Amino acid sequence: MKIDKDRLKSNLEGENQPEGSKKGISRRGFLRGAGLTTVGTVALQTGVLGNSLQEASLGEQSLGPDAVLIKLKVNGRLRSLAVEPRTTLAAALRDHLQLTGTKIVCDRGACSACTVWLDGKPVNSCLTLAVEVVGQEITTIEGIGTEENLHPVQQAFIDHDASQCGFCTPGMIMTATHFLQNHPNPNLDEVKVALRGNLCRCGTQPNVFKATLAAAKKM
Amino acid sequence: MNKFSWYEAKSVEDALDKVNATASDILGKRPNESSVIFKAGGIDLMDLMKEGLVNPGTIVNIKKIPDLDKIEFDEKNGLRIGANVNLATLEGNSLIKDKYLALHLAVGHAGTPQLRNSATLGGNLAQRTRCWYFRSLEHQCFRKGSGTCFAQKGENEFHAIMKNETCASVHSSSVSTALMAFNASVEIATSDGKKRKVRMEEFFVHPEVDSRSENILNSNELITAVVIPAPKAGTKSYYIKQGARESHDWAMADVAVVMEMSGSNCSKAEVVLGAAAPIPIRSKEANGVLTGKSINETVAIAAGEASMKGATPLSGNAYKVPIFKTIVKRAILKSV
Repeated sequence: MKIDKDRLKSNLEGENQPEGSKKGISRRGFLRGAGLTTVGTVALQTGVLGNSLQEASLGEQSLGPDAVLIKLKVNGRLRSLAVEPRTTLAAALRDHLQLTGTKIVCDRGACSACTVWLDGKPVNSCLTLAVEVVGQEITTIEGIGTEENLHPVQQAFIDHDASQCGFCTPGMIMTATHFLQNHPNPNLDEVKVALRGNLCRCGTQPNVFKATLAAAKKM
Repeated sequence: MNKFSWYEAKSVEDALDKVNATASDILGKRPNESSVIFKAGGIDLMDLMKEGLVNPGTIVNIKKIPDLDKIEFDEKNGLRIGANVNLATLEGNSLIKDKYLALHLAVGHAGTPQLRNSATLGGNLAQRTRCWYFRSLEHQCFRKGSGTCFAQKGENEFHAIMKNETCASVHSSSVSTALMAFNASVEIATSDGKKRKVRMEEFFVHPEVDSRSENILNSNELITAVVIPAPKAGTKSYYIKQGARESHDWAMADVAVVMEMSGSNCSKAEVVLGAAAPIPIRSKEANGVLTGKSINETVAIAAGEASMKGATPLSGNAYKVPIFKTIVKRAILKSV
């Protein structure tokens, strides 16, 4: 049980934990520190580009190709970030907002590991650009439960051992949770159809289906 | 992906005023800062860009243009689906399920649930083939304007089994298979403020006619809607897609059947095959077998056989022939 919780813990990193609140040195914390010089560079560019953003918001000219300042509504909070137009939503969440629960696997929309909700609907964040979702509600795995208060679907995934390597798990949970919100009392076939887009190379699908059916009873 | 600039189009006119190329125009060419192309759902375009096949200077986002996301129906004009309607919305539309079952089934089997929430109908029609030689930066294939179709002697298990002499790619839109069976037309806006409507068979272009483009769209044109005539009373339809696995995949073979029935008698039949040729094709042979007949298993089997007349499978895809025969038969029997 402890190992499983640790696994989910890494999915919950990000805005739920203030920077520097973690004790000791984690692998990701170390990497984040090592990347500080890059952050400095981006901040500089952002200052320069503040003007072009204001003009762009009038809608008469194009943005980029260099980084522009945008605001994204992620998990109910407005977040500012500087991205190039080519930055995908998945990259913006992971690399700019440190919401690393969303995983990038195939990067081509074929595996759905990067599933997030856009205005409440599951989409592939790897095929979505950050600049095109300004003004829309984005929900990530960090937004549906916390470490202390797991979502019933997250708890069901732990209870039914529904992850092995864990890379597909956040996408699976986002898809399953959306499905259960709209289909409170599903049967196995409906669950299978709903999760058609989410690939798992470890082969946890049977347990994913069990977890989803079990979670339905607790939502 | 290479860097590009981003522009949010306010209207169809605004979008047409900005663009100067189609994705196909710049495919396989060096990055060009002055090239400006459209993006809607971006499912196919993002893939082409990530592979380095399409490198635009500016992308014009057409997804937020107002009024392109409507579904309208009346008995006189039929069904009009705005180009920006996404596939999930189409799938969930009860009128389409009721009156155009084959289209409902085709849409519901396209891509994944996630993709269907982003993918637009216009983009689905305008997507490029998934032929792996076409998608490879290293292969200057026939569909990219060179003379060589590598699939002819290479790996061709998912390729065309008909009209495949010059290029053996298959068109990837399985939604088009159903649309063609319902005699749909594509409504296209042009930069001079006019609109034109072309039938599905005119919209798609066989590689022998144009090797570099899979449809007739020019750089100053934008799909605004797909229009389908209202079905006559007694119209029955069905759609079957056969993929390599049940979860989600491109079609190895797909078929849409639309029949006008009076009792058990078929007065008019439209059988369309997808993933059989470089463009979706009508099977006149199967239509001929069905028209004027009472539909039963014997007739359905005969139509399946007829649909594969003249098939010219390659070294690795002869298995598609019996699959087509079977799904044509099944779709006919399921529709009545």
